[in-house]
Amino acid sequence: MNAMVAPADFSQIDEGGATTLRFTGCLSLAYIGDVPQRLEAVEARVDRLDLSGIDHIDTIGAWVIHRFARDSGAKVEGLDPDAQHLLDQVEAADQPVRMRPDRTPAFTRVLGEIGEATIVALKTLAGLLGFFGATLIAFANVIRHPHRFRLNAVVQRFEVVGVSALGIIGLMSFLIGLVIAQQGAVQLAQFGFETFTINLVGRITFRELGVLMTAIMVAGRSGSAFAAQIGTMKLTEEIDAMRTIGVSPMEALVVPRVLAAVIMMPLLGFYASLIAVIGGGLLCWIQLDIPPITFIQRIREVVPITDLYIGLIKAPVFGAIIAMSGCYQGMQVESDAEQVGSRTTSAVVQAIFLVIVLDAFFAVFFTFIGWD
Amino acid sequence: MKRGEPIIRVRGLKNSFGEQVVHEDLDLDVMKGEVIGVVGGSGTGKSVLMRSIIGLQTPDAGEITVFGEDTVDKEETETIDIRKRWGILFQGGALFSTLTVAENVQVPLREFYPGLNQALLDEIAAYKVVMTGLPPDAGPKYPAELSGGMKKRAGLARALALDPELLFLDEPTAGLDPIGAAAFDELTLSLQKTLGLTVFLITHDLDSLYAICDRVAVLADRKVIAVGTIDELLALDHPWIQEYFNGPRGRAATASVTREQAKG
Repeated sequence: MNAMVAPADFSQIDEGGATTLRFTGCLSLAYIGDVPQRLEAVEARVDRLDLSGIDHIDTIGAWVIHRFARDSGAKVEGLDPDAQHLLDQVEAADQPVRMRPDRTPAFTRVLGEIGEATIVALKTLAGLLGFFGATLIAFANVIRHPHRFRLNAVVQRFEVVGVSALGIIGLMSFLIGLVIAQQGAVQLAQFGFETFTINLVGRITFRELGVLMTAIMVAGRSGSAFAAQIGTMKLTEEIDAMRTIGVSPMEALVVPRVLAAVIMMPLLGFYASLIAVIGGGLLCWIQLDIPPITFIQRIREVVPITDLYIGLIKAPVFGAIIAMSGCYQGMQVESDAEQVGSRTTSAVVQAIFLVIVLDAFFAVFFTFIGWD
Repeated sequence: MKRGEPIIRVRGLKNSFGEQVVHEDLDLDVMKGEVIGVVGGSGTGKSVLMRSIIGLQTPDAGEITVFGEDTVDKEETETIDIRKRWGILFQGGALFSTLTVAENVQVPLREFYPGLNQALLDEIAAYKVVMTGLPPDAGPKYPAELSGGMKKRAGLARALALDPELLFLDEPTAGLDPIGAAAFDELTLSLQKTLGLTVFLITHDLDSLYAICDRVAVLADRKVIAVGTIDELLALDHPWIQEYFNGPRGRAATASVTREQAKG
């Protein structure tokens, strides 16, 4: 094919009471142009389609001819054997084919979607509970058969979940401490209480923000990674392979991840709180002229040790939730790569949501038992 | 372009990944209208050769022309005219997972010919779906709902969407059952006859080679060591070729061809 090719065209010839459409040029996808539309606009009764003058025909041209012949009852003439064969093939392929899913009315569809979403939410909750149970059983099995404990896998997860996260969590906590102190100082200065900035920074970081922000960061870094790793392993049938060899995926994959998250979260949370306090202290020093030594002394006076305990009690629970929703969502991947993405998103959203809900419960609970 | 002229011409191709040289001084001609089978042991760079020809892999050296045009080091926009004229079936089908089968087939049509109206697009997709032997209810299905064989057929329907002159098939029968593989061979042959295709077929399947290939190119020692009909190749005394065609599997394939011919 080159620039010399003539585009497809046809002309109408009436002779002796019969109407013939005479086609010329190249009846192929690239050169068919507006022929399909013009054919639809032909109103006369056509008896014959004369194709002896065409240069080339492909399946799209053949389809257009076949469709017209089928709808108008016209006879096709003048094709060489190869082209006739092509037309026959296309004709044979003319069968009713479903193109798109059936449509339902918008109202029914919305109702259906609401129902489906509700069922999915309930099922996820039930599934997560079931998964929690399965994880506990796996832990029990590992405790009963300590040789099945995978120390290497756990240590490797320690590194991925904990050590590699030190940089980003440190930076994040430092900035949060700085911002809390700066904003607190501005507000408290209106009442002349800027020294209370120290109380604000110390208490909020140890009690709430240190662990909470760490949990969000770990959910984003590790929860998503768990879901994507396990989801991909499901797709490539690695998990099925494990089962057939007699390795329990719960013990080999879930236990090390949950354990790593449960152990690493308190350490990271404590580290985050310390760095946030350092950030706050730096700002107090620069902006409020409170020397570090005084800052530390005040922190020791105003932050009760129970604040630290609260943070350290919450952290492993958050870690378990993050790891379990990551692993659970990963295990739910069934069929294709798109699901790995959507399940990873669900894992992070679910983990952060559950962490915040539980944090609210913890806040009420600890206040109730008098740790305020 | 007349029959007998090379539609793909590869000269002095060199490909390497780090230290590992895959191709060196590789030459290959593919003639218009033929079905050429490319065989070679694992790791001899059959897929790399295909990727070089279709421009997914930039070779270290050498020249490649397709339809008489140079494809090496070209931007995607520069080779649009060539891209319209070939279709490629990747090993796993490589269907777009967020689109239905019908939409997958329509993607190249929409991309290259935005002027086509939806009704015609649907009709084209419909007869392509039927032509490649998919069941009529496959149109609205997503790739995840298809079996391996159906994915390949859907991939073939997409590769044929633009009525290409040149078709690349990367191990089309791998992973299919023998009946499905034979049906796929027949389908390839009948489409090739109907549409006058040139087919570049990478395969490990000896039955496919016997059934549909006009010529076979053997890749070994980083180059194409021989090209010819199977009989011509059998006359050579290269150890790998002899091992390949005269090994237990090769003999079985030859025997079945002989049986077929005896039956008439």
